[in-house]
Amino acid sequence: MHFDAANLLPILPEIAVLLTAAIVLVVDLYIAERHREVIHGLTLIGLVAAVALTGAVGGGATELVFDGNVVRDSLADLLKGAILVVSLLVFIYARPWLRDRDMLVGEFYMLGLFAVLGMLVMVAANSFITVYLGLELLALSLYALVAFDRDSSRGAEAAMKYFVLGALGSGMLLYGISMVYGATGSVEFGAVAEALASQGMENKVLVFGLVFMVIGIGFKFGAVPFHMWVPDVYEGAPTPVVLLLGSAPKIAAFGLAIRLLVDGLGSLHADWQGMLLILAVLSMGIGNLVAIAQRNIKRMLAYSTISHVGFIFLGLLAGTEQGYAAAMFYTITYAVMATGAFGILIILSRKGFDAERIEDLKGLNERDSWYAAMMALVMFSMAGVPPLVGFMAKLLVLEAVVRIGFVWLAVVAVIFSIIGAFYYLRVVRYIYFDKPEEDAPALVSSGGVRVAMSLNGLALLALGIFPASLLAVCQAVFGA
Amino acid sequence: MYQFPLLTLLIWLPIVGGIAVLASGDRSASTSKWTALGFAVLTFVSSLWLWFGFDPGTAEMQFAERVAWIPTFDVYYALGVDGISMPLIILTTFITIFVVIAGWEVISYKPSQYMAAFLIMEGVMIGVFSALDAVLFYVFWEAMLIPMFIIIGVWGGPNRVYATIKFFIYTFFGSVFMLVALIYMYFQADSFSILDFHGLELGMTAQTLIFIAFLLAFAVKVPMFPVHTWLPDAHVEAPTGGSVVLAAIMLKIGGYGFLRFSMPIAPDASAALAWLIIAMSLIAVVYIGFVALAQRDMKKLIAYSSIAHMGFVTLGFFIVFAIVQNSTAGAGAVMGVEGGMVQMISHGFISGALFLCVGVLYDRVHSREIADYGGVVNTMPWFGAFFVYFAMANSGLPGTSGFVGEFMVILATFRANFWWALLAATTLILAAAYTLWMIKRVVFGPVANDKVAALTDLNRREALNLGVLAAAVLALGLWPAPLLEVMHTSVEHLVAQVTTCKLPADEIGACVLARPEPLATVVQP
Repeated sequence: MHFDAANLLPILPEIAVLLTAAIVLVVDLYIAERHREVIHGLTLIGLVAAVALTGAVGGGATELVFDGNVVRDSLADLLKGAILVVSLLVFIYARPWLRDRDMLVGEFYMLGLFAVLGMLVMVAANSFITVYLGLELLALSLYALVAFDRDSSRGAEAAMKYFVLGALGSGMLLYGISMVYGATGSVEFGAVAEALASQGMENKVLVFGLVFMVIGIGFKFGAVPFHMWVPDVYEGAPTPVVLLLGSAPKIAAFGLAIRLLVDGLGSLHADWQGMLLILAVLSMGIGNLVAIAQRNIKRMLAYSTISHVGFIFLGLLAGTEQGYAAAMFYTITYAVMATGAFGILIILSRKGFDAERIEDLKGLNERDSWYAAMMALVMFSMAGVPPLVGFMAKLLVLEAVVRIGFVWLAVVAVIFSIIGAFYYLRVVRYIYFDKPEEDAPALVSSGGVRVAMSLNGLALLALGIFPASLLAVCQAVFGA
Repeated sequence: MYQFPLLTLLIWLPIVGGIAVLASGDRSASTSKWTALGFAVLTFVSSLWLWFGFDPGTAEMQFAERVAWIPTFDVYYALGVDGISMPLIILTTFITIFVVIAGWEVISYKPSQYMAAFLIMEGVMIGVFSALDAVLFYVFWEAMLIPMFIIIGVWGGPNRVYATIKFFIYTFFGSVFMLVALIYMYFQADSFSILDFHGLELGMTAQTLIFIAFLLAFAVKVPMFPVHTWLPDAHVEAPTGGSVVLAAIMLKIGGYGFLRFSMPIAPDASAALAWLIIAMSLIAVVYIGFVALAQRDMKKLIAYSSIAHMGFVTLGFFIVFAIVQNSTAGAGAVMGVEGGMVQMISHGFISGALFLCVGVLYDRVHSREIADYGGVVNTMPWFGAFFVYFAMANSGLPGTSGFVGEFMVILATFRANFWWALLAATTLILAAAYTLWMIKRVVFGPVANDKVAALTDLNRREALNLGVLAAAVLALGLWPAPLLEVMHTSVEHLVAQVTTCKLPADEIGACVLARPEPLATVVQP
């Protein structure tokens, strides 16, 4: 195999993240305890550099490198940028929490960076092997991170559950990949697509392979009925890890779905559309209904995630350029919303106390009206109330399903979104309508967190009022 | 030709004002109050330009603006007003001033957030009335819920959380189906422009489904029987300002929706289902009138009275279809719609004033129960006079604005069906019964208890509020001609539009409305 150094150019962002992880690992060994915050700074610098490199090497025609195993196209550029920016916010929010609990250590940053690297590899994959590689890198880092607070038995339990179910999901995916390889004789998406086009869909092995792959994607997204791990992991894992796990990986999972289902198995659209339809309706239904019964806000947000995944699937199953663009818009904006929601939970936590019950948000408006407003923006956005971006995202996916003539599906989706509005409103209710508890201390947060949270919350408003530019970018990716 | 973007100014001026008030914080309550009042007055003064610059001779959209908003989905930031929406915008800017003044001393908890919420809501409501793009309309329509949700929930009464969540979920439920209908029509018309929707040729099934989707949205908002149950709760728990905005403006948005969407987009379905709306309206007028009679809480009574009066509005709008099927004369039809419009404006003044009156009492005694009062006129003669006056207006006394709209609607209803008109006319008795009976128990009679004995009469701020509204009610009652004149051309245009069959050629046999004239062939010179 001939190696060309030009191969390395399109993966410079990945290299930057890998280098940062390696540097963090080494620096962490030698640095004194009181200088630990340097690691945080290094991580942020590494991520900013990766964002810059994504911009620098991005744009232009599609490039295939490493013998067609890795691709750099507009989809990869955009998803990488989104993953990196969201991860940047994640690390900024996580710092005070880690510092208060003496957990600001190299391992968190190293594992977190490897997770980011895994996500970047996933969205830039052009073969089943690369996709799987990225997926496992992400998953293994996250398994370890969920158990990061080693004294917490809940964390260990959650990690165990996550690991077992995650491994099962990965296994399903791998099994599906092997079947498709058997049927088409290739692992590279382009070759698979060509083989499919020539041999048609008569081959039963292919259909089985597709089913297993959709199951794998369902597991990674946390779509019903493959959602069992989501609430337990969200509840048991430390809040910064949930923040990491609940935001950017959704973007990566979207990349996974597009790469596998559209780039690889696009000609089987008619087959996977029905499967995604079932997953979407179940996810919206179960997610929204069960979320109402939750008292733990992390569990509530877990079920809310499940319902949002249903909406993302609506865009995917449409199978049109507009549908993919809408799903992408939804995924990216959802990641921003989720980051804001968990960010607020971290801000509300302090040493020896984690904000976990919905009641912990009581009277936030009196404790800090700015954070209260930001959380209200996040909640209204998740509920899909204009002028916030959550509405635009819902509008676009609904438009996509109506476009393919599924008006009934749009009606089902809006009914579930009404049900969903209830539990988001309940959060707003605690923030604004209730008095804070007597012993609630004032919120302290360093300047960086406040700036990041303000940007995060106002971005939801700004994207809702001016959605055109992000939407245009998403549509350009799919040539709509 | 450059045109000053007046509507944009009217929408964003109060919103910017709201943000400024919010930013001023609670450090100095008087600064935020005066800033809020300043912005409210400024918006009202600017909106007068709309009135004087308006050309009543055309049904075209005026003060139109159109800028691409989401180009890839043909969504435009398109604004414009006609004779139907323009008076409602003025009503909005007018009422907001009183809301700000009414909260002047009463609101001590986070006054800047209170004022800001009302200013932002004012801007959003003006947006609803002036949007000509369906997505823009929907964004404003839903965005309206957020400030109202906060207002009722934060500054409301003891049961506010239940009331505000009920309010939000109810209205949200109604409107999401409208969203699906709007998206559906986008693919039919290839545009989100509301005026393009008007020209859309739709089959009977599509029209019926669209009509039902709109009905869910607007009937909840108006509110019509049987989806009215959120209103009494919301009104009772809302602070005075919230009740005023709710009754005076928000309910009108439902009525406006019927005129702007349901009727012109789905005229054939409207004609086919007009019996349903007329029945719902008459039930609202009669049954809700009786319900109002049984209330012990003043705010609840006025809330039920609002539902009954809004029944007149929907009756006036949909009686058009019954008239057209009965006779060939269109005059009665126009009168019905105009009567409904006048009723909306007039009810805006009267219900707003009545809620302000209850607010005056509530601020002093902290009770809304009728039984806690009696003989108020002995200690508050000025207040008593105003309260009695507005009560008279509410029961439709000739000479007040309440009479004009009701009279026109009843007159139009007579052209359709004598018995319906008779039922509608019972309102003159019922409204008089429940309003005046409340007045009798609250205002007249001997002083009931020590609290009433200790009441002080209106202060200057309250007197100003009620005085100006009283003048407006009287002016509209004595001389409604200017209002009728600005809306006449637009209403005529609307009536012509909704009485023309829109079914496609293969369903033309099902037309109950007039068939469109075959288009004259245009001869190119």
